[in-house]
Amino acid sequence: MGVGHVNWPGYVVYYTGLKLIESLPRVVKVVLNIGGELRVCVKVESLSLVLRFLRGHTSFQFVSLLDMVGIDYPVRRRRFEVVYCLTSLFLNLRIQVVVNVGELQWLPSITALYSSSGWLERELWDMYGIFFRGHPDLRRILTDYGFEGFPLRKDFPLTGFNEVRYDDEKCTIVYEPLEVAQEFRYFDFVSPWQFRY
Amino acid sequence: MEDVKRIKNFLVNFGPQHPAAHGVLRLVLELDGEVVERADPHIGLLHRGTEKLIEYKTYLQALPYFDRLDYVSMMSQEHGYSMAVERLLACKVPLRAQFIRVIFLELTRLLNHLLAVTTHAIDVGAITPFLWGFEEREKLMEFYERVSGARMHAAYIRPGGVAQDIPRGLCDDLFIFLSQFWRRLNEFEDLLNKNRIWKQRLVGIGEVSALEAMDWGFSGVMLRGSGIHWDLRKTMSYECYDLVRFQVPLGTGGDCYDRFLVRMEEMRQSVGIIQQCLEQLPCGFIKVDDNKVSPPSRAVMRHSMESVIHQFKLYSEGYSVKEGSTYITVEAPKGEFGVYLVSDGTNRPYRCRVKAPGFLHLQGLDFMGRGHMLADIVTIIGTQDIVFGEVDR
Repeated sequence: MGVGHVNWPGYVVYYTGLKLIESLPRVVKVVLNIGGELRVCVKVESLSLVLRFLRGHTSFQFVSLLDMVGIDYPVRRRRFEVVYCLTSLFLNLRIQVVVNVGELQWLPSITALYSSSGWLERELWDMYGIFFRGHPDLRRILTDYGFEGFPLRKDFPLTGFNEVRYDDEKCTIVYEPLEVAQEFRYFDFVSPWQFRY
Repeated sequence: MEDVKRIKNFLVNFGPQHPAAHGVLRLVLELDGEVVERADPHIGLLHRGTEKLIEYKTYLQALPYFDRLDYVSMMSQEHGYSMAVERLLACKVPLRAQFIRVIFLELTRLLNHLLAVTTHAIDVGAITPFLWGFEEREKLMEFYERVSGARMHAAYIRPGGVAQDIPRGLCDDLFIFLSQFWRRLNEFEDLLNKNRIWKQRLVGIGEVSALEAMDWGFSGVMLRGSGIHWDLRKTMSYECYDLVRFQVPLGTGGDCYDRFLVRMEEMRQSVGIIQQCLEQLPCGFIKVDDNKVSPPSRAVMRHSMESVIHQFKLYSEGYSVKEGSTYITVEAPKGEFGVYLVSDGTNRPYRCRVKAPGFLHLQGLDFMGRGHMLADIVTIIGTQDIVFGEVDR
């Protein structure tokens, strides 16, 4: 029946996870996420190895890198979490490879392994300032030419720092420091009695 | 031989104001004569920081942003987001809501493919399909309007179900629409399929092999055009897609013409899916029967204080979602649309990553266009079905 959501065959995911632990002991930490998503935590040093393995091995064949997600946790020692979302089109499997990286650390670029990572890495560099070593063309991608700062970091304000407008007298576009008429309002709904993480 | 001069390639700025750029694409092309040596898309001209904005909104307030990402397939994206929230909330959607969702998801697919095919045709030089196609899109938008009140940005599919039940008579009109839509599709195909100019411009252009398609992270029609049987509606079977019968059309050569044929056939399949859904549409709830997630009905609120409180709390504070993260993918018309949602246990998402299919497709423009003529770049942009709302986010 179509009730409920994504019905991954749970045992296949479980079996794949076991197999992964068997093949790469002490390199990966396998976690099953909500809804049976397979999640693998690795260290920065072993990232390339694990990805190469997942891509090449017959029983995994994760040949498509469909997304790279960055998450910023300013309180952590290694503040950024980068998630590589891989898909195996042959075996109908998905896996998330998670790696934690600090502000001053770099990640190895995997453009040689997955062509699709080119722009995804550029985006992470643009949004978080995570440096990818060995990337052939690590420019900013989504922000304006000459933009400063990394907008998706938690310490970057929602309103930004600059505003852009067309100046009639100068007949050009000017960048000015932001002025807002009203203070930015943020309502904290979390009850003070509730346990906060 | 001092006087031998080195010839530099010619750089051309294609866009951002070019009608065939499908919005705001600045494409820097390196040309050798009329042959494209390298294409460097500069994107981000429509970047609105959706992902950042969502972090400051409650789960329900974040929903309308998804309409505005890919503004030709609105409900598919609402649906992806809703599924992500539902998975974190671990709530199950009633069957009737699932059917209504599928009906509107497939209507959205029609909307999107009509725009994709007809604007592709207009880029290549055929104007008539565009005029005919937009007449049909107008009718489809009326269905959107009747069900949600908005022609485009519907905010209809919400976490827990859909916003409201479909109005009386909509199913009948939908049936009438579908029974005439077949004929419209045939008319398009009469115009285009064997058209000499259309085939000259499309056959053998922008060929993508199956391996390339996987390596570059393509999805949706771009993947199926290269002959890979991969449709999330089949492989993941979310909502009630396992209760309807449909087929997944595949291309063989992976060129622009194959992708055009795949899109046309997908529209036929969508029509079939909607007709089956209309036949099977069950009675029941249209949103999850839990007032902590979905608002109570107006009628109940008149005599129940508890419902009034629920309604107030839902629209002010919203609901808190259990801590965790999830990655949900759905088969949007353009390809695989993904939402990576991280919750920290409060009423706002900690991080919401939007995976747009067009982003990775546009990245492939460089290798697809290499060695082709300048005019073929237009064809390739058209076949990729790029919309900048989702590429730039």
